[in-house]
Amino acid sequence: MRNRILLGRRLANAAALFLAGGATLFGLFALGWILWTTLVRGMEALGPALVTRMTPPPGQDGGLLNAFYGSAAMVALALVIGVPIGIATASYLAEQGRHSRLAAVVRFVNDILLSAPSILIGLFVYELVVRPMGRFSGYAGALALAIILLPVVVRTSDEALRLVPDTMREAAFALGLPRRVVTLKVLWRAALNGMATGVLLGLARISGETAPLLFTALNNQFWSADLGGPLANVPVVIFQYAMSPYASWHALAWAGAFMLTMFVLVLNLLVRLLVRKRKEKG
Amino acid sequence: MAAQPGVGPRIGPSVGPSVGPRVDSGVDFGAGPHIGPRIDIAERLYELLTAGSAWLVLLLLLGIGAALAVGGSLAFQTFGWGFVVSREWDVGGGRFGALVPIYGTLVSSAIAMLIAVPVGLGIAFFLTDVAPRFLRGPLAVAVELLAAIPSIIYGMWGLFVLAPFLANHIEPWLDSHLGPWPVVGALFRGPPIGIGLLTAGIVLGIMVTPFISAVARDLFATVPPALKESAVALGATRWEVLRRVVLPHTRSAVTGAVFLGLGRALGETMAVTFVIGNAHALTASLLRPGNSIAATLANEFAEADGALHQSALVALALLLFAITFVVLALARLLLRRMNRPTERMS
Repeated sequence: MRNRILLGRRLANAAALFLAGGATLFGLFALGWILWTTLVRGMEALGPALVTRMTPPPGQDGGLLNAFYGSAAMVALALVIGVPIGIATASYLAEQGRHSRLAAVVRFVNDILLSAPSILIGLFVYELVVRPMGRFSGYAGALALAIILLPVVVRTSDEALRLVPDTMREAAFALGLPRRVVTLKVLWRAALNGMATGVLLGLARISGETAPLLFTALNNQFWSADLGGPLANVPVVIFQYAMSPYASWHALAWAGAFMLTMFVLVLNLLVRLLVRKRKEKG
Repeated sequence: MAAQPGVGPRIGPSVGPSVGPRVDSGVDFGAGPHIGPRIDIAERLYELLTAGSAWLVLLLLLGIGAALAVGGSLAFQTFGWGFVVSREWDVGGGRFGALVPIYGTLVSSAIAMLIAVPVGLGIAFFLTDVAPRFLRGPLAVAVELLAAIPSIIYGMWGLFVLAPFLANHIEPWLDSHLGPWPVVGALFRGPPIGIGLLTAGIVLGIMVTPFISAVARDLFATVPPALKESAVALGATRWEVLRRVVLPHTRSAVTGAVFLGLGRALGETMAVTFVIGNAHALTASLLRPGNSIAATLANEFAEADGALHQSALVALALLLFAITFVVLALARLLLRRMNRPTERMS
């Protein structure tokens, strides 16, 4: 009798372990399948034309040069807007506002923004910028990306700053330094690694964002360096080309997807390295 | 306000009094030490900027809600509450209702959670307690990379790879074997075209899984080893430790993690838009094309003509905002109760 109970428990345990392993295999299998598809189909379409020519009309050859440029310009501008505001917010949350009610509310709201649907950010910027300006523009796209970047930077910088030991703050204050000097010259430096991690993660996140650009930057088939007008960008080009019925456009979409995935994965692996280095140091 | 806090890797309190603009060097000893309100403009400016940025984050969320409410007000005025329950979406005739996209959003998310919750928790269990120690790190990285892949890649993969696969191998089987069943059969009757709510739900499920497993893994790791060891010492199997010690200990936070995943699924745009079919039709069948709120926005907004059509789309967005806000707020509250475990992005 006792043995039968034990047997039942062991069987349940074996089944659970088996299923857990199966779940992990399923996850790995999905990752492998997606990466493999992107790799194979993307490699076929890779070539020098990708970065030397513009997006073509259907049926013709071309590249994604204007899209790469547009994406780079918008992402760069988004970093310029989002990173300083994010770090300033994090400095407030982690330092002078650490235990204030405002900080608690801002942290909560920031966490919600972190996972808010990005398409809503796109609509928000549409209402805020595109409608009053009367045209889609690269500036609007950059603003939408900055709003998506902001909570990522706030969250990671806040955590990085709070990890700095209080003894360092006390030492700095004991020297008579005012708050801003303590934060700027001591704490930022100590938390640099963690904050850089956050910026890189945010960069990876916004590089692949498509939904917020649909109603802000839209797209542009031609070369345009003017952020004041519609701007080509890799994610939206991928979307439009993949949804089209043309095989040549599909190939370009896969090439774009390949570049995008590689960029994002490399950034993420870089972040892991940074984190590991920090852990070894600590 | 530069992002770079100076140069050089010098970390630590190697900051002499020489650093920074002249710091209260106390030149005017004659007047006694400064005790009164000495207004340092730079310091005030710094405090204003940082606190201002914090307020900005707060206003951002309010702003999003307000902008969507204003943009959608025309639709709500025109249709009233009927907007939420009407299944009509007639662009030419100017009649709009949100029922079809709401239904598609909820159903595709439900399918996604049916996949993501067991798989995500299973992965978390495997990574914390089952896998050999040397495998845990690399496996965790692999699963988290799954979370980093942009959603548009999931969408493309869904459209070009998964949809044909389902259409050729899975859906005909579902149609012929489960279709004749009473009641639930209606879910699986339909043409095997690979595009529809089922495919959207599966793609979403794969996408959400790593979010859930990453958070759950961290939560499982917060369980004090002494608790687990006591259970093991009493003869509990690993499954029993999970069932009776780890899960009860982390229950509310794990629920939070699930809600976090649900919030993702509800608002996900690109992964769904590719494969849901963009059809404003209300059908019981999961094999037929449908629509979700986010997919409707992605497909129609940029080309919406007419104030009413546009306003109806923004009103849809407002509904999505309200739903995801509640879900995400709940998730954060549940997660907060765990006294802030190893925090992470997601």
